[in-house]
Amino acid sequence: MNETGSHNSTILQIDRLKKYFPIRRGFFQRITGWVRAVEDVSFTIEKGKTLGLVGESGCGKTTVAKLILKLLDADTGKILFNGLDITKLDEKEMKPLRKEIQIIFQDPYGSLNPRMTVGQSIAEGIKIAGFHKSSEQQQRLENLLKMVGMSPASSDRFPHEFSGGQRQRIGIARALSVEPALIICDEPVSALDVSIQAQIINLLKDLQQQLGLSYLFISHDLNVVGYICDMVAVMYRGHIMEYAPADQLFDHPIHPYTRLLLSAVPDSEHSTISEPDSKGNGPANTLTPHAGCSFQPRCPISEDRCKQSDINFVNAGENHLVRCWKTAKDGSHHFFLD
Amino acid sequence: MNTNKNILLSVQDLKVYFQSEDEIARAVDGISFDVRREETVCLVGESGCGKTVAALSIMGLVPIPPGEIAGGRILFRDINLLDFGDDEMQKIRGNQIAMIFQEPLTSLNPVFTIGDQIGEAINIHENIPEDEVIRRCQQLLKDVGIDSPAERLSDYPHQLSGGQRQRVMIAMALACDPDLIIADEPTTALDVTVQAQILRLMNTIQKRRSMSVLYITHDLGVVSKVADRVCVMYAGIIAEQGKREHIFSEPKHPYTQALLASLPSREKRGQRLYSIPGTVPHPAYKPRGCPFHPRCPHAIQTCCEQYPAMCEYGNGHQARCPVIFEDRPEKRA
Repeated sequence: MNETGSHNSTILQIDRLKKYFPIRRGFFQRITGWVRAVEDVSFTIEKGKTLGLVGESGCGKTTVAKLILKLLDADTGKILFNGLDITKLDEKEMKPLRKEIQIIFQDPYGSLNPRMTVGQSIAEGIKIAGFHKSSEQQQRLENLLKMVGMSPASSDRFPHEFSGGQRQRIGIARALSVEPALIICDEPVSALDVSIQAQIINLLKDLQQQLGLSYLFISHDLNVVGYICDMVAVMYRGHIMEYAPADQLFDHPIHPYTRLLLSAVPDSEHSTISEPDSKGNGPANTLTPHAGCSFQPRCPISEDRCKQSDINFVNAGENHLVRCWKTAKDGSHHFFLD
Repeated sequence: MNTNKNILLSVQDLKVYFQSEDEIARAVDGISFDVRREETVCLVGESGCGKTVAALSIMGLVPIPPGEIAGGRILFRDINLLDFGDDEMQKIRGNQIAMIFQEPLTSLNPVFTIGDQIGEAINIHENIPEDEVIRRCQQLLKDVGIDSPAERLSDYPHQLSGGQRQRVMIAMALACDPDLIIADEPTTALDVTVQAQILRLMNTIQKRRSMSVLYITHDLGVVSKVADRVCVMYAGIIAEQGKREHIFSEPKHPYTQALLASLPSREKRGQRLYSIPGTVPHPAYKPRGCPFHPRCPHAIQTCCEQYPAMCEYGNGHQARCPVIFEDRPEKRA
């Protein structure tokens, strides 16, 4: 691995990422508007650590994941993986890096090929990882299945023969087969039952310790995020609104949107059922452009200047950044890479 | 019989089985619980535990066959709903007992307007003039917090957001002023902030109209916010029931204890989460004895052979685990 980045401990650094999708209408498919999925997203993931990316549906979380995997190309911004900007790489240059970054999906059934046995699914990755002899491949397959807590005998069976939790284990084994350094977990436990959820969360934590993995943990469940993540980035309509160490964020949330999210979590000390409504009915769509802060229409403390100009990150303490000037302690702070 | 008067719905030893070619799935296997007036009772459990089947059988919506009510009674105001035919059930459904489903988009008809669908619910049960129906619909939409109800009435379901659709579903359920609402995972498909709004709304409406709510969910977080009493279901039986405080602060059944211990939270950071070994049994192949015994840390030989009795802890707190009951501090002292 090339360690050319400024920080050797940083595995992934994202700087001012932007991605718009065109809306096409009519016979000639003319562009009539833009979905502003990712507007301005910056964060870093340290080696062996977990960053939680939280936000409501439609806020752009999954688009960020796809941009990091280069399943989509970013409009502007940088994605530094081990110091190398992957946004500039073409398909061929990207290929060796693909096995470094893997993803685990929410729906483990939809993401496994129903016509391939579990062994076949995982073996594809093992071959790519450079195991060429079939005895080595077999050994590796058994190790991977053992690592995720499944018996080697399951390799001859098909995905439909397994329960949701077991399928998620298979998905994890497949992601591990190419020996990645970073795994993007896109809502990995939200489709699972409570008793199974704990098994998978424990497994992810064990694997992180054993293999030194880094995780980007995408979730809307703040209880899970509070348990598993070291850092948390709160996303709203394509912007990171607040970025802080997990303890700091849960104990001293600053941004009004973070506070709204925390107050909505059932089963937390912040929660009350009589919490006053924020303005508006729910998460706003990403179609209509707004000047100023994107959260302003729903914000309980907004004022005129929030509607007028864009807001940069403000430093609110060590490693704690907030995109809201009403809560600013000191002046504007340019994020990262300066 | 003063206590009985307060009970709106009483499910007694209900058994619902599903017959297929070579097996019988015992989805609900002898459950008993009461819903009192103005009370919220939560049925909580993992997928496949029978909570939705229990709700559907109260509404008379279990498809027969393959389903079969194998035993028990469902008393609504002391009348057994299981004795009713389709026509009689039709009069109760929507009118006195209404249901809210999980997925508002699939439970609303995409080719009719919101107004048509809420109006239909009123027209079935009451014979009132059309303009009166429209007025009622508008009032209902206003009650559930939808802005400019007059315009929304001519909207189609796809024009609304997920939260608004769920509000419409609630408005439909409220249309005939029912005494009992059965809500099956009404907020599972929604974002947390919208979920909080819907829970708040249901709470306000319930108080205002003095309704009872039977709330079905797998989310213990939601249960801790809305329930007066909780029934914890596992593999077709009620493992434990009692007041919310009892269930959350002094759970007596090993399954309830394990469920609560396995919930992730920030306070548990750095600790390992407790995880229940194994998986939920298939409803057709449940283990003999206590259905939880293969996964239970307290299981002894009798658990594998004998169906566990319901043990009383007082104040309506019951748990189906004699092992923990025999080991309680009062007994040991």
